[in-house]
Amino acid sequence: MQNNLNYTFPNKLKTLSFIMMAIGAVAIAAGFATHHEQTWANIMHNNFYFLAIALGGLFFYAVQYAAEVGWSVYVIRIPLAMSQFLWVSGIIMLIIFLAAGHHIWHWTHHELFVETLPDGKPNPEYDEILAGKSAYLNVPFFLIRMVLYFVIWYGFAHLLRKHASAEDMSGAGEHYQRSRKLSIVFLVLFAVTSSTSAWDFVMSIDSHWFSTLFGWYTFAGIFISSLAVMALIIVYLRKQGYLQHLNENHLHDVGKFMFAFSIFWTYLWFAQFMLIWYANLPEEVTYFMVRQDYYKTLFIVNFLINFILPFLILMTRDSKRKLLLLTLLGTTLFIGHWIDTFLMVIPGVMNEHWTIGVFEIGTTIGFMGLFIFVVFNALSKLSLLPTRHPMLAESEHFTL
Amino acid sequence: MSNVESSLRPALILGDKTLHDITEDVCRPIEDKPNKYWWMAFGLASAIFLWWLLAVTYTIGTGLGVWGLNKTVGWAWDITNFVWWVGIGHAGTLISAILLLFRQKWRLSINRSAEAMTIFAVICAASFIVVHMGRPWVAYWPFPFANQFGSLWINFNSPLVWDVFAISTYFSVSLVFWYTGLIPDFAIVRDRAKTKARKFWYTILSFGWVGSAKNWQRFEEVSLVLAGLATPLVLSVHSVVSMDFATSLVPGWHTTIFPPYFVAGAIFSGFAMVQTLLLITRKVLNLEEYITIYHIDMMNRIILITGSIVGCAYLTEFFIAWYSGVEYEQYAFINRATGPYWWAYWSMMTCNVISPQLMWSSKLRKNLFMTFFLSIIVNIGMWFERFVIIVTSLHRDYVPSSWTMFHPTWVEIGLFIGSLGLFFVPFLLFTRFFPVIAMSELKTILKSSGSQSKKGATHE
Repeated sequence: MQNNLNYTFPNKLKTLSFIMMAIGAVAIAAGFATHHEQTWANIMHNNFYFLAIALGGLFFYAVQYAAEVGWSVYVIRIPLAMSQFLWVSGIIMLIIFLAAGHHIWHWTHHELFVETLPDGKPNPEYDEILAGKSAYLNVPFFLIRMVLYFVIWYGFAHLLRKHASAEDMSGAGEHYQRSRKLSIVFLVLFAVTSSTSAWDFVMSIDSHWFSTLFGWYTFAGIFISSLAVMALIIVYLRKQGYLQHLNENHLHDVGKFMFAFSIFWTYLWFAQFMLIWYANLPEEVTYFMVRQDYYKTLFIVNFLINFILPFLILMTRDSKRKLLLLTLLGTTLFIGHWIDTFLMVIPGVMNEHWTIGVFEIGTTIGFMGLFIFVVFNALSKLSLLPTRHPMLAESEHFTL
Repeated sequence: MSNVESSLRPALILGDKTLHDITEDVCRPIEDKPNKYWWMAFGLASAIFLWWLLAVTYTIGTGLGVWGLNKTVGWAWDITNFVWWVGIGHAGTLISAILLLFRQKWRLSINRSAEAMTIFAVICAASFIVVHMGRPWVAYWPFPFANQFGSLWINFNSPLVWDVFAISTYFSVSLVFWYTGLIPDFAIVRDRAKTKARKFWYTILSFGWVGSAKNWQRFEEVSLVLAGLATPLVLSVHSVVSMDFATSLVPGWHTTIFPPYFVAGAIFSGFAMVQTLLLITRKVLNLEEYITIYHIDMMNRIILITGSIVGCAYLTEFFIAWYSGVEYEQYAFINRATGPYWWAYWSMMTCNVISPQLMWSSKLRKNLFMTFFLSIIVNIGMWFERFVIIVTSLHRDYVPSSWTMFHPTWVEIGLFIGSLGLFFVPFLLFTRFFPVIAMSELKTILKSSGSQSKKGATHE
């Protein structure tokens, strides 16, 4: 089949991405101008969400190499492009922490750690629990960790892309082997950093609260949201006349991953919720009480559209092989995990004073524009198909 | 499944086998007389099985007082052994259901014996539940049934009841799944049978299988449905087992990571047991060309990954206990690592987290002696994990005057060691009477993954 393997980032889409970024900029600027209290929290929410999508892409890519996967060779350039967004997330995260750290992370208020004031009187602000955590939750250590995460993540995204590009040029088998080794090292580091970064960026927003499962729960969300976006990009590229080499068997496997990991996410969501609800310990259950009291609709919708919908729709074989249904589900899961991330980030900052309105939607549109610009730009720089991948033939002849 | 395979992938069946060779090699142990090693193993297994019978009889006849339990430590070896066996029973269904979904062809030489192991391990696990009830003649009370005993109705809020359902469902599905796979293979043994008795028994066992297209179509259909049912069960069983602990308010037990962490640990210990068994089986039954070094390497990789996941969970628990600022949680973990049971904790850490890291070396992963040694180490470590969780959390309760230690009696030791007999007696019989490799299924990959197909291909 005649195939265009080199993607050109069309001007129309480029312009659209700029317009979206402009909408985002206006929404954020207007938020600040009107003293909309949720503005920084919105930036944090969206930045973490798109960071998750990019990081999940890198995880998917690395797993394909580490596990010597054959079928996915036709699609792996897409998660690789998604991972190139990581440096943008890193810079925005740094800006958020430096400019609005006190607003989002309550524990950054240093005075909470001091038991007695200089005049010898007890500090009325003193927070015993946060003082206990201060060896971990303190500004310098947090900054070091944050920089380290992004250096590691983006570093691997960059190196893996370099080898992919070199493989296209020379076709030497060493690039496959090197990518494999890099992927394995990345996965080991990811096993640790995916949990610790979830504690740092998200769990510490609700600064008293803790849950041992939180890191893995966040990982499940990272993976499923990146799968949803990956499916959407595949569908879009197909519609534009690219990726014609893909057949419905490849789509079927992407669909199966979405099906399996939406159930996996639900499993962890339920495990965390049920155990805390059942034990009903005051130091743990407050987290869900806030979300049930003030965010009830979102809380229920979160469960319904991230579990029930994909479960019922993706159950049949046909639904995983049709572009239209995959688009529908990709979009649903994208919105669903936007809500899940909202419920992870916003309540800790805003409590009951939250909204979802033009500022929130506008900020998300802005981040989407930025993501589209960076990711499609990365896609256009590299062939859509790794034509010299040693497993290429397996993916080409792949049938279920 | 695609027939095109990258040249990077090694052959899964060595020795240039034909389809007929596979039948011969797999049927040989059933048709030949067992050798003296088998009889020695069977004798030993039967002897310790008798110790188990004695210990069970004595426990039931006298009461639970013959165990070392006290009013502080009310659960100890009984539940440790139960969780240990259930965990071991995870690998079989994981191999046949989840590795099937991930299209791992190497599962085909090992799935049959791993599933057999699952069935026998779950039976061992169930035996501890029944015995620890103290009054096993009322063991049917956990089931909701219409009754005349007054307000005897189970408490559905109790995770112990969820356990009854989770494990009985898992057992039934695993058994049916295993048996369905056996039917075409039983038919092969039947068709080859030279003695009347063998013909008779395998005719019954093979349910009238004739190998027609319709037979195969139904076989494939039911396998798919069972794989679909079994996949969530792999996750649910040990999740529910973990909830026996995690729904409580006991420090060290109540922690949200328990469900997935128990599942990872179960797969870890299950694969270690599969390794232990298969390394012996392949040698004794001459199946080295089917259960190759590559198979062993792949299983070692799963052991390495799941062991590291378990290691991450240990560290997460420890860290969050400190981070939580809850002094009971903090004490529970400090006590585990430095209290009177420090040796159990560090045995667990060494066996489960540190020593499996040796598997990073591809040389060691392919070394049979090392693999065997590490598989035993992992089995020991996973037993200690459950012991640490159960006993160290209980032996220091909220009232310091009731702080105490747990000492097992010979009865409990007999129940545990004896349960290995309960496990090995049926397993050894299985290797004599059942085809230990799913030969009908294995034949489907001979063309794409046999050693002939790899001729001329370049290997890395």
